[in-house]
Order: sequence, then C-alpha cells, then structure tokens
Amino acid sequence: MRYAYYPGCSLTRSARAYAESTAAIVGPLGIELVEVEDWNCCGATEYIAINKSAAYALVGRNLALATSIEDVETLTAPCSACYLNLKKVDRYMGEYPDLNQRTNTALAAGGLSYEPGTLHVKHLLDVITEDIGVEVVAGSVSQPLAGIKLAPYYGCLIARPALDDEPAHDTEQPHNLDDLLTALGADVVDYPVKTNCCGGHMAQISASTAYGLIGKLIGAAAKAGADAIVTICPMCQLNLDAYQTQVNRHLGTKYKMPILYFTQMIGLAMGMKPADLGFGQEIVSGKPVLAKVGLPVHEPAGPTPKRRSRRNDPSLPMPGSRGER
Amino acid sequence: MSRPPSTQPFLHEVIEATPGGEALKTCLQCGTCSGSCPSGPDMDHSPREIFAMLMAGMEDEVLRSNTPWYCVSCYYCMARCPKDIPITDIMYTLKRKSIEARLYDDSAAPDWSESFMGYVESYGRSFELGLATQYHLTHSPLSKVSLGTFALGMLTRNRLGLLPERIEGMDQLNAILEKAKELEAH
Repeated sequence: MRYAYYPGCSLTRSARAYAESTAAIVGPLGIELVEVEDWNCCGATEYIAINKSAAYALVGRNLALATSIEDVETLTAPCSACYLNLKKVDRYMGEYPDLNQRTNTALAAGGLSYEPGTLHVKHLLDVITEDIGVEVVAGSVSQPLAGIKLAPYYGCLIARPALDDEPAHDTEQPHNLDDLLTALGADVVDYPVKTNCCGGHMAQISASTAYGLIGKLIGAAAKAGADAIVTICPMCQLNLDAYQTQVNRHLGTKYKMPILYFTQMIGLAMGMKPADLGFGQEIVSGKPVLAKVGLPVHEPAGPTPKRRSRRNDPSLPMPGSRGER
Repeated sequence: MSRPPSTQPFLHEVIEATPGGEALKTCLQCGTCSGSCPSGPDMDHSPREIFAMLMAGMEDEVLRSNTPWYCVSCYYCMARCPKDIPITDIMYTLKRKSIEARLYDDSAAPDWSESFMGYVESYGRSFELGLATQYHLTHSPLSKVSLGTFALGMLTRNRLGLLPERIEGMDQLNAILEKAKELEAH
C-alpha cells in the first residue's frame, strides 16, 4: 500500500532511530512511503500559541504539498504531535468555513490550495495495525520477542482528541499497540498510565512539573516489571529517555528503563540487526532488552575497531601456544 | 460583574478566537477538566476556575494566570468534557491573548514558543540545538547546568544537529505566513 509520508523534524535528528527502524520495516510489510517534498515543521504545540491563522497555514502547506503525490489517499506521520496537527487542521478546515477560507487565502499567496477531506490523516501505528493488520505482522515474525516484558505507551495524541467520525481508539484505553506487541511474541504488562502525558514541552518550561509526569510513567512500568517502555512518538521518547537522569536526580530514584520505538521492536522480531534499527542511539541503553532476545549488541558509532586475533598471534606468546603451532 | 455571563466582552473575544468556542457558554462548572489535568496542581487557577473567571469578566486575572502556560496539550479535559468544550483550544487562545496583553510576568513559556517559531520562520524546520542554547542562556543559565549531561548524551549519539536544515521553499512559506498574519490582524 502506498502512502504520503510526513516524517517531521524530530525524525531527521533526535529520533533518527525511529526514522531508521521505520525505513527498515515498511518494505517487508508491503508499505510504500512517499515523502512529502520539501515539507516544513508542523509548528508543534508552539505556533498555535502565537498566531492561529499562521499556525493553520503552516500545516496547510504540508497538506497541500502532500496532495501532489499521485495514487495516495492517506497521509501518515510517525510523530503523534505532527499527526494531530495534520489531522486537526484537515478536520477543522472542513468543520469551520471561515478557517478554511483564511487558510486557503494564505496558501494562495504561495500558489497552493487544500480542499479539506482530500487526504485521510493516519498515525503510522494505525497504518500498520489497521491497514496492514496485526496478523500480517505476526506472519512476518521470525524471531519472537519471547520472555520480554514490554509496557505499551501510547501517550496523548493518537487517542485524543478523537476527531474522526468513528474514532479508531478509545480515548483512554487504546489497545492496538498491546495487540501488536503481543503478536511479536512479547509479554505485554498491565500499564494503566498508557495514555498519560509525557509533559510535552514542560521539561523546558517547568522542569519539576515535567519530571513528576515522566517519573510516574517510568515508575509504573518498573512496578509492572517491564524490561522497556515502547513508544510511538519521538517527543515521548525524548522526554522519558533523555531526561531520565534528571528525573532520577529530582525524585531520588534509580530507574534505568529503556525507551524504545514500536518500529524497533517489529524489526527485532523480523530478525533484523539492531544496528539497522537505530539501537544504540537511546540514552538509557536498550542492551538488556537485546540480550534477552539473545542478540549481540552493536554500537552505532562506526564499526568497532578490529581486534587482532590473539589465538594465533606470534607476538603474544602464551604458555603452550608455541609448541602447538 | 453585574453583566450576565454570556455578554462579557472578553468571554466573547475568547469564543470568537476559538474554533468551536461557542460551547464554552454551556460550561456546567462540573470540574471534570480540573480533575483530569496532569499539571493542574502547578496551575494557579484550575481550568474550571478559569472558565468561571471568564464568565465573571475577570480578564486581567485570567491573562495574568499561569494556567494556559502549564497546559501540556494532553487533551484529557477535552475528551472528558460532558459539554464538548474545546478546552485545549481555549488554552491556546488564552496563550495568544496573554502574549498580546503581556500581562503574564514569567516570560519563560511565551519565550519558548516564540524562539521555537523563530527558527521555523527562518528555516522552515525546527532546530533543537540552537533553540535550547538560546533559550537556556536567556533563562537562568545556572539552573540549567545539570542539563549538560542531557546535551552531551544527545550530541555523542548524534541526536542533535549542529546546523539547522533549511527547506527549499522558504520564499513560498514566508509568503503564506505573511498573508496569514495579515488575515489574523483583521
């Protein structure tokens, strides 16, 4: 199946592991992603706080550019914040004629236009579980993630606000990530905070607020005995992974909880090499998870220096070695 | 205060500026939003209080409040509101009004939004390293020293770009955004 693809800023840098693992798994699942040409930032949760018309126009440009991709009905985004911005602008333009007119007047200044409803906006997780199907993913598993306990973390924006006429998820208890991880052979732990907030940009604005929210999410996973938290959003990954040291310092905890992308877990179960799935880019190491699947751990920073084989090395005389040669 | 709630001028402004804002008039003061808010304990007025204050015409107090700036955009309130009030969107509207009025005395949160968008308006993409550096140097750099480990970890894993990426269609994007800002001002 062919999709217009909006990666979003995070996937070009802080979430390269998400980008790499996505690129690795889509082909085998029969998904073709066509990147929106010259896309711009979606504005995150910031632009709408400054200028409403400009915020809608910013996202509108991405929607308009996506319509030039032939033979696609659906625009998919792997970042939950990008996903919601694209979805919301499309829906609100359709619902509020004044907003539609303003956005299109602005887009016209750049020679573009967008008719709301032209594209269906879908999160990458939903593309995989709904369009492709959990059973198809299960069929592609060659190395089941048996014995690994995973906490399925959805965060906020895939489930809320439910903007579709027939929302794909319960706003508080979605389950498609649970289903997916189960299909990969993993043990999915009970994770009642699965749709709680990671704090978004609060780590910048009020660190103590953010650390409290992050600590609660990691704490619940640790309590459930999870080996890792599996996320579907680069912002959630960044907050839980990169601030975990600060959270520990702030709360007096000693969490070492790996925060991994669902696409990395799919790739692992398909038997792909961890290094090809962006493993090693996480701040809190995912090695204990890899070890549980019995995988050697590759570091991302270049090839490991070649070790001289000591066994037959004449420069290292070992007791008895000379006589054996 | 003697005006009926539905005729308060600032309430009207907020409703006008929010898609679906009309529903705000039907607020029951049930407090489901406040009880659902993950950052509620750090707000100086809960969302429910803010809506009561809007009805009472307390424009200044609302604009001085940290409430909208502590909204994390989790949409729990909006999903649970029995009257379908687009609460998160109202918080965004209050942020815009608060920036306009310049009444909120802690500039950190508005500055974050403005710095973030400064990069987007210059390059078309966000630029995490430039943004973080600029922002943290402005806002109490000493308290952020502990974040050195954060930046170092991100840099050594090549998760922070050293230079911003620039889109091809910057002129087109600027033309669109300029037009939008012009429309917003009217």
